[in-house]
Amino acid sequence: MNKTNKQKNKQILEGSRAIALTIKNIAPDVISAYPITPQTHIVEDLAKFKAEGEANYEYIRAESEFAAASIVLGAIAAGSRAYSATSSQGLLLMTEVLYNISGMRLPLVITCANRAISAPINIWNDHSDAMALKDSGFMQFFAENHQEAVYQHILAYKVAEKLNIPVMVNIDGFILTHSYEEVTIPSRSEIKKYLPAFKPSVGTYLDPKYPVTLGGFYSPKYYRQTREDLFKDMQKALLEIKKEWKALSTTFNYKNQGTGLVEFTGSKKATTIIIALGSVAGTIKEVIKNNNNVSLLKITSFRPFPAIEINRLTNFAKNIIVIDKAISLGNAGPLGIEVQAALRDKKKNIKNYIAGLGGSDITEKQIAKMINSANKKSDKVIFNI
Amino acid sequence: MKKEKKYFLSPGHNACSGCGQLSAVQAVMRGLNKDTIIANATGCLEVTTTAYPESAWGLPWIHSLFENAAAVASGILASLKKRGDKKTKVIVQAGDGGTFDIGLGLISGMWERGENILYICYDTESYSNTGIQASGATPYGSSTTTTPSGKQSIGSTQNKKDMLAIALAHNVKYVAQSVAGFPTDITNKVKKALTISGPAYIQILSPCIPGWNIDYGDAATMGKLAVKTGLYPLLEYENGQLIHSSITKNFKAEPVENYLKKQGRFKHLKATDIKAISQIAAYNISKYKI
Ligand SMILES: Cc1ncc(C[n+]2csc(CCOP(=O)(O)OP(=O)(O)O)c2C)c(N)n1
Repeated sequence: MNKTNKQKNKQILEGSRAIALTIKNIAPDVISAYPITPQTHIVEDLAKFKAEGEANYEYIRAESEFAAASIVLGAIAAGSRAYSATSSQGLLLMTEVLYNISGMRLPLVITCANRAISAPINIWNDHSDAMALKDSGFMQFFAENHQEAVYQHILAYKVAEKLNIPVMVNIDGFILTHSYEEVTIPSRSEIKKYLPAFKPSVGTYLDPKYPVTLGGFYSPKYYRQTREDLFKDMQKALLEIKKEWKALSTTFNYKNQGTGLVEFTGSKKATTIIIALGSVAGTIKEVIKNNNNVSLLKITSFRPFPAIEINRLTNFAKNIIVIDKAISLGNAGPLGIEVQAALRDKKKNIKNYIAGLGGSDITEKQIAKMINSANKKSDKVIFNI
Repeated sequence: MKKEKKYFLSPGHNACSGCGQLSAVQAVMRGLNKDTIIANATGCLEVTTTAYPESAWGLPWIHSLFENAAAVASGILASLKKRGDKKTKVIVQAGDGGTFDIGLGLISGMWERGENILYICYDTESYSNTGIQASGATPYGSSTTTTPSGKQSIGSTQNKKDMLAIALAHNVKYVAQSVAGFPTDITNKVKKALTISGPAYIQILSPCIPGWNIDYGDAATMGKLAVKTGLYPLLEYENGQLIHSSITKNFKAEPVENYLKKQGRFKHLKATDIKAISQIAAYNISKYKI
């Protein structure tokens, strides 16, 4: 590709528009969704593309998120590629269906524009919604910026359709959905080279030529086997995500430091490592850019959880700072809990900050403060920074 | 006996012997052809026909949840449409609980979209699968495990929800009511529904042996009596117009006692309660007379 072409590909886009254009080029057969702030711009854009004749997916207007999730479930079961997007209350309303989708091994991809959960009602960003679904059998990716979100969606379809495990791509509400950044949207033909058409194998989907029964009644012996299989395939996904992220980065000439599972920024020998999810990574990078003693381990795949990478990449560090934008009430931050578990055999000073709840800012100053007190004795779970 | 060309529902299911719902399902299956996909709600029908790794279904069949079969069907239809498949029919099967109660919002959404889906409700007038709890379809005076009759209770004090009226209010093109016990009527209605382009709804009274506390051989008789008393007439609406009804000019209703007294769920009723139920029959007779 020559230089002028490349420049033409770069656009300044709203995050939601970037996701919607990417989905259009991924070309799902069926889209169904229900509006909720801050997801709305994505599904409005997708409706508009269809209205303008720029896309030929079936766009089914649902009367609730519960219905939207059920509609895409039916579409995939009948052999189609499908997409939905939601946030917060909408994700919770979908929950019963989402567990069903992963249990039936249907490779749905959804975007979750992360938002706090009510009560009290609040429309701004945190990760409470995604964390409520961490055990649902969905893979969960978290994006730092528009470009990463774009590629994570393409990756999501690739691994989902390979392993028959659904994926939720998480993008921070407002911070990513409503902000403008420079971004490259791969074209339909470029995506096709990486992501082949969805062709479920004969006898696995609803087709009068090969009648199958899906969603039957499973006795304990068979039920436990399906859960074990899903667990094992989720472990396999750790390798698949890495492999496919590498292939994706090459195919799209996407320069990045990530592995698909994690992205490490800074010195491997740093004494303090910050572990975080999503857009806050951008702020952290600003704070630590001239500091060799502090590095960032950004988790891009929360499910499956990259425990091995976390162990390896924190090997030299003494202090671990985990930033959670959610809280598991009765214990600690969900990411904090997982990091503690991953590093249980190591003697690390782990501090778990609960920050950014309900859209409260996580400032550079606050991050600097966390770094400055990394050594000091304090509570393991910290709210006030 | 005529040999059926192929079983869409094979005889080997695990339902109670004499199950009214399963006999109604067989009658429905006789009205379908092989280019059909079924979305089924949770309930007796799903549980008794799909004990993995076995299945009684000879048609492509999916069960997702209790309350979402209508939306799953919409998704299937969207997939077929995208593929350009205009031949395959999409059918929903659900009990009265999945239809009158927990799934109602999603059914409304499906009808609002005007999709070409045939929805069949097997109305056992209670949640049979979970042990005969009351639903919105449970009739007045019926004793269920959540509306038990007792010293201070006549059982359900609510009247049966009028699902047909709800369907008609959505401009559902074809709306029909039938009963297990008149299998040919069921089959004919299914065939008719499939000729109509747009949403269709068929509600079939399906006597439940343990739920109604009736004899094993009595499901068909109960269905017939429900029609003959005027409590559950055979009905057919096309484009909002009542075109057929079992309540014709010369209709002579059998007393509701004949229906009620054979069923354990009504055996506690006193003369005044029975009178109230006969008024429901009388109302139906005036409303559905053709
Ligand atoms: C969300 C949810 N709530 C409750 C149940 C439990 N449940 C399963 S089947 C059923 C009743 C089914 O009744 P109906 O729809 O009338 O069908 P039937 O069994 O009578 O054929 C209930 C309450 C469930 N599976 N899901």
